Formats: sequence, structure tokens, C-alpha cells
Amino acid sequence: MAAIEAAELRRTYKTHTGTFRRRAKEIEAVRGISFAVEPGELFGLLGPNGAGKTTTIKMLITLLIPTGGSARVLGLDVVHQAREVRKRIGYVFGGERGVYERLSGYDNLRYFAELYGVPAREQKRRIEELLELVGLKGREQERAEGYSRGMKQRLHVARGLLHDPEVLFLDEPTIGLDPVGAREVRATIASLTEAGKTVLLTTHYMFEADALCDRIAVISKGSIVAEGTPLDLKRGVAQGSVVEVEVFGIADEALERVRALGGVVAVAIEEREQAQVLVVQTEPDVELTQAILSHLNGSDVGRISRREPTLEDAYVALVSE
Amino acid sequence: MSSLRLLGVSWWLQFKMIMRSPFDGIGNVIYPLFFATTAFFVFRAGDSPRTLIYASFGAAVMGMWSSVSTSAGSAMQRERWWGTLELLVTTPRHFSLILLPTTLGLATVGIYNLAATLLWGRFLFGVHLTIAHPLLFALAILGTVLSFAGLGFLFAVSFVRFRAAWVLGNFFEYPVWLICGFLVPLSFLPGWVHPISWALAPTWGMSAIRESALGGSPLPDIGACVGLGLGYVVVGVLVTDRVLRAARVSGSLSLT
Repeated sequence: MAAIEAAELRRTYKTHTGTFRRRAKEIEAVRGISFAVEPGELFGLLGPNGAGKTTTIKMLITLLIPTGGSARVLGLDVVHQAREVRKRIGYVFGGERGVYERLSGYDNLRYFAELYGVPAREQKRRIEELLELVGLKGREQERAEGYSRGMKQRLHVARGLLHDPEVLFLDEPTIGLDPVGAREVRATIASLTEAGKTVLLTTHYMFEADALCDRIAVISKGSIVAEGTPLDLKRGVAQGSVVEVEVFGIADEALERVRALGGVVAVAIEEREQAQVLVVQTEPDVELTQAILSHLNGSDVGRISRREPTLEDAYVALVSE
Repeated sequence: MSSLRLLGVSWWLQFKMIMRSPFDGIGNVIYPLFFATTAFFVFRAGDSPRTLIYASFGAAVMGMWSSVSTSAGSAMQRERWWGTLELLVTTPRHFSLILLPTTLGLATVGIYNLAATLLWGRFLFGVHLTIAHPLLFALAILGTVLSFAGLGFLFAVSFVRFRAAWVLGNFFEYPVWLICGFLVPLSFLPGWVHPISWALAPTWGMSAIRESALGGSPLPDIGACVGLGLGYVVVGVLVTDRVLRAARVSGSLSLT
């Protein structure tokens, strides 16, 4: 039995436009996705902002009712057995919200320990253990409002583990953290699967998914566009190559002309310090450097390089389709 | 047992949060004293000591009610702003067990409002109060606090589903002063208002506090007050699941 199972999961939102003439509009956030996560697996849901990652996770953790399809966690239906599902899952999201700022870190954990029904005699020991695990020992009596973003994030992780859940849902847990803080959270996540937990992680950091996940599903515009191990996804674009051109100000029209070139798989712009880098993925055995440069008339061009594709390139190619 | 413990711990932590908020704190300290001052000035003009005593209890309960009615809505709104509402919903506890201690914490602050208003009247306006039945007076206050918490809970349930419903808390603040006889006896109000007054626990709480202080028989009022309070809780518990399901269908839990 899969630990997490989504079958044709679908979710639309109703929204309104206009002030006096209000018109209802339906937005399809998730368009019938299916996947399964095996027990003990760390599964990544990778996608850009607005791809449907958080909506998917919220359906799985019983916060949203799907408008179509079904989902099961540990064999339990997320709509009809919501309470049973909640007992056995943990949920951690990224960012500074989700903390009672006026309470100490310890009181935050104590409150949720009660809410998750952790027996009174076990609470103290469990909270101490988790404070140790996330590196907040010694700071637990301070009010959470004084915590750094990284400390709040680690407090979130501790909260999600209070009741020792079998399945953990981590929604962009390292978002906004500095490199050291993010590395600490990633180390904690890695230790969770070692402890036998099943983890569903959403992120838009490729290296994070590459480093942590056993398998990845790439989600774009509400649909899964690829699924496999990080290696599988890299292989998908490994036959081509990547041309990187450093540019200082590039017009949208030039970008569109490059995109329209035959043999181009995907085009992206990355900001690197003062410059922008035009990243062009090409099909195998196609040499497009000169053709690309000819379309950049009017832009200052810096360094030009050619390299093998990475997981990030695979991701860009997938979400650009 | 575990539910009782949850209620106790949650109540204490909610109370801690209210007391630690400078704005809530100042609001709770100063706001009721303005009501009291206004009421004392108005009723002192009538030159009747008994009327002034009547008004001082009314002003005290006004502060209590304002604290609950305005805060119950904003408490849920704050959970949304803090991003904790979704976390609370994903816990396996029945949501009513999470909401109830919040409104109970707010109602507890109301006891301060009552005490502060009575002392304000005593030292600034020279209103000397003698409590005829101290024990029943304490019981009446306790019953009133519990019923206010029940009514606040009923409000809070609707605030979970409708984001703008916190405005209702403010909307109900002033009419209840009038309809429940905080400042003027119910007999002054038109007959058609009476059934509404009787359905509201603050009417009976107010009456119980006055009766116990002035030497009447407050037990029926206390019974009605607590009974109605429990009724609100039962209705709230029954609609909680429905309200939460509606919020999960509409996706409004994450909205601020």
C-alpha cells in the first residue's frame, strides 16, 4: 500500500472579477494529477510559483476538499476520514507565519502537543528531544517573536514532528532562509527518512530536490509534466546542450526570436549580480551559438559558454513546454 | 480527561497571549473605563443614588460584553493573519475544543473589566456598593463569564467561515447594551424587543448580577444565563463541522 496516493486529483477555485458587475470565474489550480509515494520515500513535488504544489498538499492534508478525483494517505481517504488522516500526518510550511509570536518556543510546542493529543507524561520528554533535534535547546523559553526566520522554521519542523507522524508534508520549508539556515533544515529533512518517515516535499529549488528526493514529480500549470528519479529527469535532457550568454539588458522581442529558433528546447533568463544570463537549451547535435548571437543585436554581450545540462535545465525545459 | 486538559492548557495560553499584547492590554484597561465614566455622568444627573448603583453594574457588564464581542471576531482574524488557523484545523481535535478556550480566555479578561469599572465608580464617583449576597454575586459573575464565552464561541465559529464576519462582533456590541438592559430596564423597551432580550444570555447575566448585589433572588437568572450559554455552545459544536467543511470547500481557510 502506498503511503500517499493521488488519483486524478483536481481542484478549481471560484473567484470574482469586477466591483459593481461581479463575474464569477473558475480557476483550475490542479488539473487531475496522479502519483503515489511509497512508505519511507522522500518524494519531491517540484514546480514554479502557482503551479499547484501548495493546493495539492492542502488537499492531501485535509485542508481543502478536492473538486475531482481522490486521495488517500496511509490508505485513509482525505475527505471522508479526515480526522484519522490528521492524527497520522505532520505539516510544515515555509516562512515566518504559523507561529504564536507572543508565546515562547516551548509554549508553542506545548500547545500543539495538546492539540495532537500527546499524552501529558510524554510531552516534556518529547518537546526536549525535538528542541535538541532542531537546535533550539536553550532558546525555548524566549518569545518566538525574537526568533530569527531560521529559528522559526526549525520550530515549525519540531511542531510537525510532535506526535511522531508517519507521513510528513513539507511545503517549501527552506523558503527565504539564508544558506546556513536552509542547510540545517535540509539536514533535518534528510534525517527524517533515515528515521523511516515518508516525506512529501514541495520546493522550487532544484538542487534541494536533487540532493534530498528519491523521486520527483515536476508540476506545471496544475499538471504533472514529468516523474522519476533526479537522474531520470536529467537523462531526459542529457542529449542536448546548454548555451549561456551573459547579456546586459535584453529586449523581450530578442528573447522571443531566440525562442523561435529551430532546435531550441527552452529559454530562460537568470539574474546574476549586474548581468543577466540567457540560458538556451538546444536539441542534440545542433549548434546555435551564432544564430543566438545574431538575434541579440543591440544588447551588450559578455561571456559565452556551452555546457552539459543539469537538473535545473531539465526542470526549465519541462515547465517551459 | 484529555479534552479537559486541552481546554485548561489552551485557556491559559490564550490568556497569556492576551495579557502580553500591549494593544489588547491597553484597550482592555482603558476602554471599559470610558463606558463607565459616560454612564456615571449620565446617571448622576438623575440625582438618584439607587439609579447610579443600577448604572454602575450595567457599565461593568458593558465592559465585559465589549471585550468578548469585539475580541472573539478579531481573535479568529488574528489566527488567519498569523497563519495558524490552518495549522489548528489540521490537528485531529474537534475544532470546537480549540475555539472554546479562546473565547473563554477573552471572557476571563472581562472579569477585570467588571472589577475595574466598579472600583472606578467607587473612587471617582463615590458610588458605594454593598453586595447583599457575595457568594451568589460571585456565582452570577462566573455564570455571566461562561455564557459570554458561549456566545463569543458561536460568533467565532462563523468567523472561521466568513472572513468579514469579525465586523459582526462590533455590530453586536452596542445593540446588546440596550436590548439586554445594561443601562435601562427592559420594561422601557417596546414589547416586541423582549423575546430577543430573553434569548440573549447577557440579559439574564446582567439581571443575576444586579439581583445578587441588591438583595433579590438571582438563582433563576443564573440558571437561565448558564442554560442559554450552554445552548450556544451546543449549537456552535453542532455547526462547527458544517462550517469547517464549507471553508474547506471554498478554500477560505488560508485567506487573510
